[in-house]
Amino acid sequence: MLNIKKICLNVAVALILPTAVFAQQADQPPAKPSKHMESHIGNMTGHSEAGAQLYYRYCWGCHGARGNGDGENAPYLNILPRNFVAATFKCRSTPTGTLPLDSDLYNSIGRGFNFTNMPSWIALTAQNRADLVAFIKTFSARWVTEKPGDPIQIPTEPKLTVESIKHGGELFQKLECWKCHGQEGRGDGPSASTLTDSNDQPIRPYNFTSDNRSKCGRTNADLYKIFMTGLDGTPMPSFADVVKPEEAWDLVHYLRTLQYNNKSPELALWISTPEGKAIVEAKRVENTNTGSGVKP
Amino acid sequence: MQRHHVVFAGLAMLAASAVAIARPAPAGGTVSGKVTYDGTPAKMKPIDMSKEPSCAKMYTTPQLAETVVTGSGNSLENVVVYISAGAPDDPAPSTAAVFTQKGCRYIPHILAFQVNQELKIQNEDQTSHNIHPLPKLNREWNKSQPPGTPPISEKYDKAEIFPVKCNVHPWMHGTFAVLKNSHYAVTGDGGGFSLANLPPGKYTITAYHESYGDQSQDVTIAGSETKTVNFVFKAKPY
Repeated sequence: MLNIKKICLNVAVALILPTAVFAQQADQPPAKPSKHMESHIGNMTGHSEAGAQLYYRYCWGCHGARGNGDGENAPYLNILPRNFVAATFKCRSTPTGTLPLDSDLYNSIGRGFNFTNMPSWIALTAQNRADLVAFIKTFSARWVTEKPGDPIQIPTEPKLTVESIKHGGELFQKLECWKCHGQEGRGDGPSASTLTDSNDQPIRPYNFTSDNRSKCGRTNADLYKIFMTGLDGTPMPSFADVVKPEEAWDLVHYLRTLQYNNKSPELALWISTPEGKAIVEAKRVENTNTGSGVKP
Repeated sequence: MQRHHVVFAGLAMLAASAVAIARPAPAGGTVSGKVTYDGTPAKMKPIDMSKEPSCAKMYTTPQLAETVVTGSGNSLENVVVYISAGAPDDPAPSTAAVFTQKGCRYIPHILAFQVNQELKIQNEDQTSHNIHPLPKLNREWNKSQPPGTPPISEKYDKAEIFPVKCNVHPWMHGTFAVLKNSHYAVTGDGGGFSLANLPPGKYTITAYHESYGDQSQDVTIAGSETKTVNFVFKAKPY
């Protein structure tokens, strides 16, 4: 009896082996998105079933019933709503081309996207937002077949110095950030007018003089992440392969001095030097229509 | 005890031979032909590189866009001809497919390579480029490559044909063709192609052009014959 069982097992193994080889050669059916997803943010667990209720109340007007960004408001929006089927996200702590962490999506929902029609949903409860993150993940099979990328490592911010700001300025030239963002960071570089996003829609590079809030957050660490991970789906590339982590903080310090309407420690230190003061003063434009001090 | 080990060994050999039959040695038929156009193709516009002096100074005459490149005898260049059905998937070759940015152009304009084959992207210019392929099935990434930095190594795990562009230099526009098997060709001047080493069988041959779309034809190969398949694309004057 035992022998027969063993033989049967061997036969089964021998038959399965070649079948497996054939199966690999044939076209594999594309993976399907999962209807049940969870999100994990700190101690919170979000559930897609709960998220669906919220999505079809608050989100689908823009992001669409199927999550592909074709909601009824979409045609009227500049910077089209995110297409969750493509699962390409701007604000991540993970490398370019990889899925974001649950916490990245959670923070995006709470923060909203400056300069776009995506408002902050901080008025929803934390659990609501976690549920929405889980539901967003039911639109793309990538959440089934792939894992989020390993978050980029951010070393501790070194002490702010004038040398650090100056070196950051050199990097701004060397990496040719000015090609899009302009020499003064006004978003008016030579390539700025030609930029399009991955939906073939025109898109403006960030104007540093307009605000202190960049799209993916307002802390120095957020700025660090933006150019190291790139904003996927936009022209902003990742510089992770070409900027050393210690140099990256110098660039952050320099970028802060371009936001000259924002009273940051970096700007204060910069205008305390004669060189920095002259540069910042030369940029300031008085008596603009909006009073923003931003060149028309 | 002894007996079923023998049975197992025998079955394993059977299985092994089954696999060998499924993958015959590469030898056999060839599909060759020519890709031409019918009609008047659009006149290629000259590229204004004045915003990138380091590239502009490399040329004495203005460079032309490459969305449609024609050759002698109405031939159509930059067409990827590949087997879209009928051939088994091939493992990726160990050599890398190389994509070069030189003079603010892509060399080659259209790069065909296999699923999971190494793709090596290099910058020979004195300016920063960003490499932004725009796939729909594969992962979309976007990386900066300043002058003098090492090549970027990437690969794609799904078959797909998609554009690649540099956002900084909007005229830089190319195509990546990620293919499942090793039977493919990209046409040059003359529009000729040849797909060799095809075992007997029925194949679908597809020709893809970035402006004119794709066409397919079925062909059956028996033995070591050479079959001719020609493609004619309708050229549009705009």
